[in-house]
Amino acid sequence: MNRISVSMLAACGVLASFPAAAADADLQALREEIAQMRKSYEQRINALEQRLAQAETGRAQVPTAAPAARASSFNPEIGLNLQGALTSTKLDPASWTLQGFVPPGAPEEVGPPRRRGFTAQETELTLAANVDPNFRGYLNLALTPDNTVELEEAFFQTLGLGARFTLKGGRFLSGIGYNNERHPHVWDFADAPLAYTAFFGNKLSAEGLQLKWLAPTETWLELGLEAGRDDGFPGGARNKGGSALGAAFARTGGDVGIAHNWRAGLSYVATDPGARAYDGVDAAGLATRVSFAGRSRTAGADFVWKWAPNGNPAEHNFKLQAEYFRRVESGSLSCAERDASGACGGAAGLSDSYRSSQSGYYLQGVWQFMPRWRLGYRHDRLDSGTTRLGPALAVTDLPQLAAWQPLRNTVMLDYASSEFARLRLQFAHDNSRGPGLVDNQLWLQYVMSIGAHGAHKF
Amino acid sequence: MRNFMMAIALLLALPVQAALSVLTTVPEWAALAQEIGGDKIRVAAVTTALQDPHRIEARPSLIARARSADLLIATGAELESGWLPVVQRESGNARIQTGQPGYFEAAAQVRMLEIPAKLDRADGDVHASGNPHVNTDPRVYLQVGAALAARLAQLDPAHAAAYQAGYTAFAGRWRANLARWEQQAAALRGQPVVVQHKSFSYLLDWLGLKEVATLEPKPGVEASAAHLSRVLQQVRGQKPRWVLRAVWEGSRTSDWFAANSGTPLVVLPFTVGGSDAAKDLTSLFDDTLARLLAVK
Repeated sequence: MNRISVSMLAACGVLASFPAAAADADLQALREEIAQMRKSYEQRINALEQRLAQAETGRAQVPTAAPAARASSFNPEIGLNLQGALTSTKLDPASWTLQGFVPPGAPEEVGPPRRRGFTAQETELTLAANVDPNFRGYLNLALTPDNTVELEEAFFQTLGLGARFTLKGGRFLSGIGYNNERHPHVWDFADAPLAYTAFFGNKLSAEGLQLKWLAPTETWLELGLEAGRDDGFPGGARNKGGSALGAAFARTGGDVGIAHNWRAGLSYVATDPGARAYDGVDAAGLATRVSFAGRSRTAGADFVWKWAPNGNPAEHNFKLQAEYFRRVESGSLSCAERDASGACGGAAGLSDSYRSSQSGYYLQGVWQFMPRWRLGYRHDRLDSGTTRLGPALAVTDLPQLAAWQPLRNTVMLDYASSEFARLRLQFAHDNSRGPGLVDNQLWLQYVMSIGAHGAHKF
Repeated sequence: MRNFMMAIALLLALPVQAALSVLTTVPEWAALAQEIGGDKIRVAAVTTALQDPHRIEARPSLIARARSADLLIATGAELESGWLPVVQRESGNARIQTGQPGYFEAAAQVRMLEIPAKLDRADGDVHASGNPHVNTDPRVYLQVGAALAARLAQLDPAHAAAYQAGYTAFAGRWRANLARWEQQAAALRGQPVVVQHKSFSYLLDWLGLKEVATLEPKPGVEASAAHLSRVLQQVRGQKPRWVLRAVWEGSRTSDWFAANSGTPLVVLPFTVGGSDAAKDLTSLFDDTLARLLAVK
């Protein structure tokens, strides 16, 4: 107070000492200066008040934690799926065959049981990341208990090519059917449906390009075309260059109310194997080598229906899934033996026309009756039809192709301690081997996922 | 090739819709977008309040709707990571891919709670960015709304002024609401509460409620009987005023706890549509507070 009054007195003294005319101009200048200062302080106070108000509403704009700028920040999403099973079978797994059908390539971990006892089925290693704003890359390696690495998928995919097109290139699981694109760790049973084993060797893998297009309709409608190499079943050993496998699919789906969703699709697979071979035995029990060359055409239909109360699957849900495939093959079949005396024409072999029309379906339902617990039933049925052979070939020398209708019934109960860990008990009654050869298969399986876990499709 | 694609795109394009098409993962952001965008946008949520937002199926109808969206609004913070990436990829819609202006994450605008110090799934369903249920704190709608208005203006510059005006009007109403709610709930400050899942951490933070126990031993892990008995013993002396559950959560645990502890169970709407009364954002918080205040 003292200091102010002293300085005011001093100011008055200073002012008083000036001549009157000069004092008027100076007073004016001082007034302006004070007005300016007041204005500037008012602005600053306003700014402070605003900041205070912002702070009072709770949270000032806080930038979210910036991602740590480390060299590893650009590492792809890495995921690992561990799968293993304890299996017990009544019949020797090595004797398993799908009577009436051409053997679908080498046995795989994801097919019918390969061995008794403990098996570390397939371990899937997944790497995925966006390449740049236009592409995404994905790799899936299957590590098998035979200590081999199988390149399941390695592809790039466009992120919004425009006009609702998506292009995929590389090796990928074909988009046909419903189950085909899904990796074993999301399957509802420990093994592939029999129809997939019979017609695609458990799964149809393509090496080439896939173009998908989403129709501009209110109802989901997706069309896809695939072209590529097809070294795996049902193709094989085609000599001509270019595309050997052609596949097409169309699928649609929607909601019925809030609780029901469905999806339905049609698929078509065309391949022309040049020398698709398998090892068999003739009527005399001599080892034969049987080879097919010709056209292979498979058509399929699939349907999935899901129900959950209020569309909230966390507590209870039910999933019904069915697929049907029909394969027509025509061409020539040759049969040769290592022993010259055999009925199949010895080492020179016999060759004649071959035509088959075979079909199969499965129908399965999985019910989550309480959180984490699910009960499932699957019915597999195949029909080998009657294979028509040219006169040079005798059906008795090709016992594998004698007509049969394999049937398998499977029940499973699984428990998921979280969405990353599942334990499954599965029992199957299987007569695929032929008349009178009934196998009982018991599985105790685990499926565990660690690391980045990609979102799942419908 | 590009020209060819463009030509096909033009041929196939449906009659151009004037309004901006906005798709949201959960109902609360649809309600907010509607408040700001008004008749300049067409907005829809792909889930309802009765669905667990972590556990949505990337179903066909969802992909069909994402196909034509101009703006996709998600909560973010990995809440939708189990299904949204598939929807984005399968939609073939370049506009709504992550990183594009047509993809908006609400949680990115908000100060996050419960950010885990370490990431280990042994700790249950943890989210690296923190608890994703930001929608239960009404204050976040101001920040999310401001960012959303700016984003709408960026995507649809012709109506930029309308979006800004829409936000300003909403913010005015909302600040009045906040003052009213905070006054109503002033007496609740410091009250002990038990929650089933960490769905309401932001609501508790806003109202200053004291969470004394969570029924889930770890996020996303259902409580065992032994764990519930332990919680019961632990909170006995603290006399919690409520046990809270979101309408989409399973009922067993909180029902058991309420019955055995004598703590009143309150099922909160969680989001718009979660109760008959929660018809929009304002009535959502009106109803939430009414339900809390009904327990004396």
